[in-house]
Amino acid sequence: MSDAAAAKGEHGHEHPWYLAHHFDSIDVQNYAVRLGMWLFLGTEVLLFAGLFLGYTVYRWLYPLAFQAASRELSLGMGTFNTVVLITSSFFVALGYHAIKENKLKKCVAWLALTIICAGIFLVVKYFEYAHKFHVGQLPGKHYTFEGIQSPGANMYFSVYFLATGLHAFHVIVGASILAWLMVRVHKGKYGPHYYVPVELGALYWHLVDLIWIFLFPLLYLI
Amino acid sequence: MAQSPSSTSAPASTMAMAPDAAPSLPEISFINADRGIKSWLFTLDHKRIALMYLVLTMLAFLLGGIFAMALRVEHLTPDKTIMGANTYNRMFTLHGVVMIFMFMIPAVPGIFGNFCLPLMLGAKDVAFPRLNLLSVYVYAVGAGLLLYAVAAGGVDAGWTFYAPYSLSTPSTLFPALLGIFVIGFSSILTGLNFIVTVHTMRAPGMTWMRMPLFVWAAYATSIIQVLATPVIGLTSLLVGIERVFGFGFFDPARGGDPIMFQHMFWFYSHPAVYIMVLPSMGVISELVTSVSRKNMFGYKMIAYSSLGITFVGFFAWGHHMFVTGQSALDNGAFAIISMLVGVFTAIKVFNWVMTMYRGSIAIRATLVYVCGFLFFLVFGGMTGIAVATVSLDVHWHDTYFVVAHFHFIMVGAVITAFFGAIHYWFPKMFGRMYHEGWAMVAAAFIVLGFNATFVPQFLLGNLGQPRRYYMYDDKFWALNVASTAGSTLLALGVLIIIIYLIYALKYGSIAGDNPWGAAGLEWKTSSPPPKHNFITPPICDEEPYTYQKKGEEVEHVVV
Repeated sequence: MSDAAAAKGEHGHEHPWYLAHHFDSIDVQNYAVRLGMWLFLGTEVLLFAGLFLGYTVYRWLYPLAFQAASRELSLGMGTFNTVVLITSSFFVALGYHAIKENKLKKCVAWLALTIICAGIFLVVKYFEYAHKFHVGQLPGKHYTFEGIQSPGANMYFSVYFLATGLHAFHVIVGASILAWLMVRVHKGKYGPHYYVPVELGALYWHLVDLIWIFLFPLLYLI
Repeated sequence: MAQSPSSTSAPASTMAMAPDAAPSLPEISFINADRGIKSWLFTLDHKRIALMYLVLTMLAFLLGGIFAMALRVEHLTPDKTIMGANTYNRMFTLHGVVMIFMFMIPAVPGIFGNFCLPLMLGAKDVAFPRLNLLSVYVYAVGAGLLLYAVAAGGVDAGWTFYAPYSLSTPSTLFPALLGIFVIGFSSILTGLNFIVTVHTMRAPGMTWMRMPLFVWAAYATSIIQVLATPVIGLTSLLVGIERVFGFGFFDPARGGDPIMFQHMFWFYSHPAVYIMVLPSMGVISELVTSVSRKNMFGYKMIAYSSLGITFVGFFAWGHHMFVTGQSALDNGAFAIISMLVGVFTAIKVFNWVMTMYRGSIAIRATLVYVCGFLFFLVFGGMTGIAVATVSLDVHWHDTYFVVAHFHFIMVGAVITAFFGAIHYWFPKMFGRMYHEGWAMVAAAFIVLGFNATFVPQFLLGNLGQPRRYYMYDDKFWALNVASTAGSTLLALGVLIIIIYLIYALKYGSIAGDNPWGAAGLEWKTSSPPPKHNFITPPICDEEPYTYQKKGEEVEHVVV
């Protein structure tokens, strides 16, 4: 195991490779990185908050147009994607559990399944987007859809594309982080002695999931 | 005036504390521990990162200052003086953008936060040194994008980028918006790092109620940086997307709501004022005890009032929008919340003044900056209460009165604290003293020049001169000339500072570990500090700012 490979600190004291030498102990370091991650997740929530504000304002201004435009989304695809994402959150939690139990192969497998779910989500999203481009529902100057012609529909699709687009970007980032973690787990870098990076990656993935859980009813189920 | 510190002897306070120790520079410090350009560019040392911030933000300050001087020269005459109307619009936009996003927001946390926070807490470094280095480079990339926007034609939408004009202006807005978005990441990284550092990196014995007040202020600032900055990031991104794709999110022609842009913009940009001024308040807390050689009066109140400003600062943004047709209820609520900021600020001011009362005050440049800061903060704060009053604001909105008000806080207070901090920690950073006489002269230039620049602007605004107008009525001429004259004094003061500080880097007398006889862990290590801050890990075993023991009188030292 790699924790046997101890790095020599600059003060001459010994510490394992995963303990940065400006921290007193692994407990302090774990506390620090966890706190840092939670703060970062807070910034992510506030990043999306502006779009949720936009949704609130425009839905209040154009309730009927929002309702009509919402019918244009594919409820089936949205529901399928919701199930996929929630399942992926379950997988990543199992992966976190596995690394704590020192089951490296299982952890790699759970992370791989999570990434596959992310891929499925993105493929479905691609088909949804492609359909909307095709029928001219991209808002703004490209909006040529004749089904609903009201400024409210334009606003609905603005919020839809901005929010789901930003979310899809987060899915890509999250999946990339999980892929990187998967490689590191496979190399044996983590184990019961040091599993916090997997925990943080899983936390990030849960946030990606959570944002979708808010977006889905707001956009699809009105 | 003060003693002449250009002589080779150390200041009296050090001599009083350690009469037999002739100060000398430590042989190995963080400055020369590693050599070569790479050791600076890839450093993880918070002190070196602080110096990188010092250089970058000072360059930004000079650039923003040049824009400001160009604006003042333009206003020497009511009509065209040196530039056309379009250039003028670009100039005031860039002055605002550069000063706010490239100087005031990153400067005090980036330089003094980075340098002092771990030292004050007795830590080896900040919690995430790599993120810290990343924040410098992210800042540099964002600043580069802003400069590219300047070079590629400039931006004329004002630093506020109000929709719908910002959606249609032909100037190169997109790179500037992207620059603001990117610089925001740098700000978030710094804030996140500081919060975690305060929580996890304190030395043994360093309880929350023993932390220096600068740390409290930096902590309060960091909360704003972490929670508010993502919103401006998204907002600037949305405006950029609008310009590229024309979604119409803020465009009334397509059903969008431009007022929502203002809400989202000020949700960040009002708390951002406290990102600028809270660290400055922290600096003044440090300076005021050191210069008075007296324990802090009302330590807890100052600490908590920083958090108080953070909290109410998040709910005051609507006072920028009194004339947008907000409901009377909203206006009233935002007005009252805004005035609460004044309450917390006043708590600080009274405590600072009480700290100075019956202290043994040293007449130094830092004292001049403390006094200047107190005046600017009180004057700017009181006019802030005035413009937070809805009925008055309707009259003053978008006039020079508002310009003068926020310059009193964001320039007067922040600049005096910034230069006060540079003078206070310069010996710690570089191990050498600057020339105290010149420092007093420059400080006087800055305080007087600032008043001469912006007091006339209060009068102009009250007479009705609108802000951002290229031309003005002849009746405003005399006061505009007075303002420009004042700004040259201010600029001269800054130039003097830069000259004698650069001179002092090489030729200043050796400072010693604690030239001010100040309390605090950062003064217990060598000047400049070693690479890992302390030779032996420090333990905090006394209350903060212990200049006297309980019940002990202030010993009056004549300098």
